[in-house]
Amino acid sequence: MNTKKLRERRKQAEKEWSKFQNNRRPLIYVGAGSCGLAAGASEVIGALEAYVKDKKQDVDVVKVGCIGPCYLEPLVDIRMPGQPRISYSNVTADNVTRLLHSFLEKGEVYKPRLVGHFGTEKLDGVPRFFEHPMLAPQVRIVLRNCGMIDPENLDHYLARDGYKGLEKTLAMPWKDVLEVVKNSGIRGRGGAGFPTWRKWLVCRETESAERYLICNADEGDPGAFMNRSLIEGDPHALLEGMLIAAYTIGATQGYIYIRAEYPLAVERLKGAIANIRELGLLGENILGSGFSFDIKIKEGAGAFVCGEETALIGSIEGRRGMPRTRPPFPALSGLWGKPTIINNVETLGTLPNILRNGADWYSQYGTESSKGTKTFSLVGKVRRTGLIEVPLGTTLRKVIFDIGGGLVKEFKAVQTGGPSGGCLGQEFLDTPIDYENLAAAGSIMGSGGLIVIDRDTCIVDTAKYYLSFTQAESCGKCVPCRVGTRHLVNILTKICKGQGEITDIGKLENLSKAVKGASLCGLGQTAPNPVLSALKYFREEFLAHIVNKRCPAAVCRDLVVYRIIKEKCTGCQRCVQVCPTGAITGPRSEVHNLDESKCIKCRSCYEICRFDAIAGDAIIIES
Amino acid sequence: MKKGPLAEIELDFKGDRSDLIPVLQRIQAVYDYLPKEAIQKIARWLKISENEIYGVATFYAQFRFIPRGQHHLRVCLGTACHVKGGEQMLDVLKRRLEVNPGETTQDGKYDLERVFCLGCCALAPVVTLDDKTYAQMSVLKLQGILDEHKKA
Repeated sequence: MNTKKLRERRKQAEKEWSKFQNNRRPLIYVGAGSCGLAAGASEVIGALEAYVKDKKQDVDVVKVGCIGPCYLEPLVDIRMPGQPRISYSNVTADNVTRLLHSFLEKGEVYKPRLVGHFGTEKLDGVPRFFEHPMLAPQVRIVLRNCGMIDPENLDHYLARDGYKGLEKTLAMPWKDVLEVVKNSGIRGRGGAGFPTWRKWLVCRETESAERYLICNADEGDPGAFMNRSLIEGDPHALLEGMLIAAYTIGATQGYIYIRAEYPLAVERLKGAIANIRELGLLGENILGSGFSFDIKIKEGAGAFVCGEETALIGSIEGRRGMPRTRPPFPALSGLWGKPTIINNVETLGTLPNILRNGADWYSQYGTESSKGTKTFSLVGKVRRTGLIEVPLGTTLRKVIFDIGGGLVKEFKAVQTGGPSGGCLGQEFLDTPIDYENLAAAGSIMGSGGLIVIDRDTCIVDTAKYYLSFTQAESCGKCVPCRVGTRHLVNILTKICKGQGEITDIGKLENLSKAVKGASLCGLGQTAPNPVLSALKYFREEFLAHIVNKRCPAAVCRDLVVYRIIKEKCTGCQRCVQVCPTGAITGPRSEVHNLDESKCIKCRSCYEICRFDAIAGDAIIIES
Repeated sequence: MKKGPLAEIELDFKGDRSDLIPVLQRIQAVYDYLPKEAIQKIARWLKISENEIYGVATFYAQFRFIPRGQHHLRVCLGTACHVKGGEQMLDVLKRRLEVNPGETTQDGKYDLERVFCLGCCALAPVVTLDDKTYAQMSVLKLQGILDEHKKA
């Protein structure tokens, strides 16, 4: 394979793509990423296929990756010949037949589940998909193909300028590629924000016969799924990025270290690697450039700390994934003692776009110090949850209220950076998101989890949750992290139980500082961030737990009671039936009685009562 | 290691130290846990002490050393699931099955596991039963799923 042949192949792919775009038969897209499947996409596909078979309809079905608005999943899009693609939300196995009937037999748009169309022309009565309030403010660079192409079809990727970034790269000396990456201003998207080019240069300039490139796809932050979505929806973007990086640093072997919890992503990668190996984009003398490179997949075995560079290397080498002291940094001495670069999925996935369109194009987005776009998983108590991509410098308010559509209840805080980040309250809503601003606020950018919490979420409980996580995931090598996080959890648990003392606040602060300052790796150095930020911005909630023995959010179980509001209870008996301990009693049509001594606070009655249209919230949780 | 699944696994690897974790993953894929005998055999093959293999295997959450139940229930307690009530889901299962996370029911039918993040955070809280993922769970929905599964 040489460049000429690749171009010929792309021409062919463009023809395929054009056929796909100008379909003669109805074409049905189903969002079948992990999130779509969790929401029921496979049942939808089953029902859809049964319908098509039954009615003897000639249609094509294509499974695409996640396009972002997960709260609308399962998403099903239909493109009739000569019409734009039209997207429908929350399609289930039950209503998919109605949707198909409306389309295939009556030729009508199915209004009840309509989201929007993907066409360029105006379409009567149908809004544009990308003008949807969740999508309009976004800039999709790394996610440009997600949901648009069949991720298992190499032709689709090639037709959309796939591997053009690689072509350009291979035509330049490595120093020029490095210059482009430097000028683009891209910084590590794994969270720390180290300039990508600087790390590369150190690696390249280290004398060695072998160098390694590792893609860190061990997305362990609970509440984050950006990398999974990208790999599932557009695996070739990552592979092309790896080839560009490997050429620049002079690596011969690459590894993708990916979580075993992401089986679909692993499968997609395996398929994509096989495809490009066949094409000659992996292996010896790629595109006749003299550059040789290959990629192996290493499945992680479930250890959060393996997201740390040196621990990850240990794990690939077949050891316990425990970090070691740095320096030497992996760029000098990493995998098997050789110079090694470890880049995050998103960093690598962005590279093809930078090389194809140029550094200036990329650096037009973002702020002075933080260039480009960043993907976030917007989750928690926000109305529109999903995967988004925005230019750096966008304010939290825009992300949460414009894109996310705000909250049902009152906003309390947003946690950025997962267990290594902090809870930022109201006063930070107008802060532009970039590496420096988040660090100054006591949080971090992290890999991109944004968890929105409302007044029903307890800050102390959230801090306890994060600390329990980091404590459980601490590898145990260094004392400050191993013992310190344990004590932090103990103190927080005590406070949540209403047994806290006022001196505990000082203890939390001192201990947090010690753990931060003395831990060996990033896990321990950032683990106390959730506690410190919570103490800084939500101190009164800690005081309410300690002094008044109250949990203002009514979350901490030992501090709340369940009560029946007599005026509202209609005596419908639904809660009586659902109570697992027989704590609620009472005959039909009479106000029920809740025996506190028997109540285990399982919330079953509270949930079922809310479904009762007549009684409304007859059961409340009080603190 | 002459015949059986272990011999097949051996053929796929060079026998390097770095093969240890992938080999353990393959063994678990075959047996659903890491049997003692298998560890003894691969220790000899890879020339690593059993001791060290256990050291590595116990470090990672993925590896099990006892067989699981027939059906696997996993409750996600990632941040989004925690905030949206994942803890309540775990409670229901603990109470209904009378097991703690990491244990198997007396009749060997179900085992219960708590996991940190399955990556479907936008659909929290999430519970999985075998290969099926249930999104946006509530106590009631979960009880319904269990009832139906027990009947089937």
